[in-house]
Amino acid sequence: MDLTEFADEIGPTGPITIAGLSTRGGPVDGVRPVMAPVGIERVQPEEMTVWCGAGTPVEELDAALAVHGQCVAIPPFGTVGGALAVGRSGLRRLAYGPVRDTLLQARYVNADGQIVKAGGPTVKNVSGFDLCRLLVGSCGTLGFLGDVILRTRPRAQFEQWFVTGADPTWVVAHLYRPSSVLWDGDSTWVLLEGDPRDVEAQAGRAGLKEADPPTGLPSGGRWSVAPSEIPQLVGTGRFIAEIGVGIVHHEHPQAARRVDPAIVELHHRLKHEFDPEGRLNPGVDVLSVG
Amino acid sequence: MDTLVDDLRSALGPDRVRTGPSELSLYRRDASNMEGSTTVVCLPVSTAEVQACVRIAVRHGVPFVPRGSGTGLAGGAVPLDGAVVIATTKMDQILRVDESNRLAWVQPGLLNLDLSNQLGHLGLHFAPDPSSQQTCSIGGNVANNSGGPHCLAEGVTASHILAVQVVLPDGTVTTLAGEEPEPVGYDLRGAFVGSEGMLGIATEVCVRLTQNPPGVKTMLMDFATVEDGAATVSGIIAAGMVPAAVEMMDRLCLQAVEAYIRADLPVDSAAALLVEVVGLPNGLDADVERIIAIAHEHHVKNVRVAQDDEERALLWKGRKSAFGAIARIKPNYYLHDTVVPRSKLPEVLAQVYEIAARYELQVLNVFHAGDGNLHPLLVYDAREPGTTERVHLAGQEIVRVSVEAGGVLSGEHGIGLEKRDYMHLMFSDIDLAAQGALRRAFDPEGIANPGKVLPSPAACGDIHSVPEGAWI
Repeated sequence: MDLTEFADEIGPTGPITIAGLSTRGGPVDGVRPVMAPVGIERVQPEEMTVWCGAGTPVEELDAALAVHGQCVAIPPFGTVGGALAVGRSGLRRLAYGPVRDTLLQARYVNADGQIVKAGGPTVKNVSGFDLCRLLVGSCGTLGFLGDVILRTRPRAQFEQWFVTGADPTWVVAHLYRPSSVLWDGDSTWVLLEGDPRDVEAQAGRAGLKEADPPTGLPSGGRWSVAPSEIPQLVGTGRFIAEIGVGIVHHEHPQAARRVDPAIVELHHRLKHEFDPEGRLNPGVDVLSVG
Repeated sequence: MDTLVDDLRSALGPDRVRTGPSELSLYRRDASNMEGSTTVVCLPVSTAEVQACVRIAVRHGVPFVPRGSGTGLAGGAVPLDGAVVIATTKMDQILRVDESNRLAWVQPGLLNLDLSNQLGHLGLHFAPDPSSQQTCSIGGNVANNSGGPHCLAEGVTASHILAVQVVLPDGTVTTLAGEEPEPVGYDLRGAFVGSEGMLGIATEVCVRLTQNPPGVKTMLMDFATVEDGAATVSGIIAAGMVPAAVEMMDRLCLQAVEAYIRADLPVDSAAALLVEVVGLPNGLDADVERIIAIAHEHHVKNVRVAQDDEERALLWKGRKSAFGAIARIKPNYYLHDTVVPRSKLPEVLAQVYEIAARYELQVLNVFHAGDGNLHPLLVYDAREPGTTERVHLAGQEIVRVSVEAGGVLSGEHGIGLEKRDYMHLMFSDIDLAAQGALRRAFDPEGIANPGKVLPSPAACGDIHSVPEGAWI
């Protein structure tokens, strides 16, 4: 299915929801669902970009990029569009950055059923307002992603997980660009990538021991806290925290975070401007998605 | 009823509200070639004072223009129609540094390089490094989503801003995002960065800090043709390397710089690449080896690897002196800023040379080749009759060919006034309506820096070199 058909299917009226592989919550119940175009249009390794339908499975995209020694910094499973719409990062965010930094251009369908282009196809672009970042994490409430151009990055030449009993703050201070540092209040796991000799030398200097990554991340809640608050998590329950990032995989849900009334007001105005009738993913409130 | 100036003076005190003719003349322009007009310039020292200025402007129904150091090249800080200029230059402090989590809260008037210099002892720096980094402000970087040579690997400003405290166009103070990685709701901080002062004024900025690399290798490689240099750039990227920086200078630029600083640059070559890689020793050496091998596949003439910090600094001085060097050729220059796919660099550069020749202008190219960000510099003497017009016509064509090659209007300078009426080259009316919707959500009255970025509907399909309300 191409983008025009996708837009036609969405049309200009009536409640509509977007479905993917239901990895991150799925479509709104009882509302007519649409699915975004699937397929990789073009891999351009020398540009470090890839163009694909938002309905493309992340796994399929990853396999196509692996051939060229590249990857994208979005977490596994589900569809590309779903990963972008939800905007949650993967475990390597410390080195790879947040999901929002990967989206260069999006063509999405707006509440009027029209195709809108946001951003541009090049790795660097400041032409106009940054609607791409607004769309990432917007949970399909401002528009439905049709196809996207993403920034790719080199796949690690070599990677190894390690473990240590050392304080995670000390570990971070003594390593150059670890890809992930996880802490459960007791042990610290570290992922290093790069030239194998550099990985070995860094691990040796910091007293890290080769290990498997932690299994079974607590899945009761995905907390987002200032990285400086991570030490205070001890005693709140079982958790694995991403040091230097602030994502905490916790056995309990995060307490509701206070949102400034001015921010709430901006959300209402944005939703009103982009979807005045509230037809896109009706009932989804990004301020209460926890 | 009190006048606008009286109200501003009561809020800020008389000495930080300026209306003298020489100051108004200074603040009616930025580093672009455009001028506007202002009736009053405010120099607040706190968020509360910025808020007071905005509220007073709102009350009087007068638009305001946020301003940092005024180094922008696209006219984004040029006030139109007597707007109030709110300059954040006096808000230049580092407020707090979290060394272990590598972030800092700073005021918007802090200069880019001052931030990195003041953090040097912690082994940290602020990654975006515009050529103007000695004089441009963090607030300006946020407004323009600024880039720089080292943004190839590290990303532009948007990737380094965690949160922004802002005064919204209605005078409300709030903070967009925060130190936490996944703030509740829409990425308002992401929408604000690069919004060119049209969504409000940043009053505090939380920046991400980057570890200084343990090792650096810098090399200069020159080629008999621009094509060979460009093919080397694509080859490096396709091989899975992202150097810290990949800069290109063409022959005229090399000659101008060499005459200026005497760095033993390859003045007989068509193009030179300045490539810098950073990291840990083994990976670094392997990258240097692979990059040199790729350059040899593309007929590199000479490879010069800086042997020490002094030589490295000299090579970078060559790159960064380009703008000073051109003054030896002609008194004026017009710097363009477009991006094209890396693979199109040779083709578009050939078109740039052809356009310049057709308009009888000299063009130097010194640019961020790694991310395809072209910076053609048209050098001219504005005193020669008709020259300025030719510069503008040539510039328009350069922008057009860049977009037609699959590129974009601006890589790091922004749209401002300069490229406002080119937006239709890249965006449809529907696309622009979506950007207008974002603007309205933040600023329903259109009081923050009006007249920038978004073309007025009347300008559709009608490209003007200089928008109304501004003049050269």
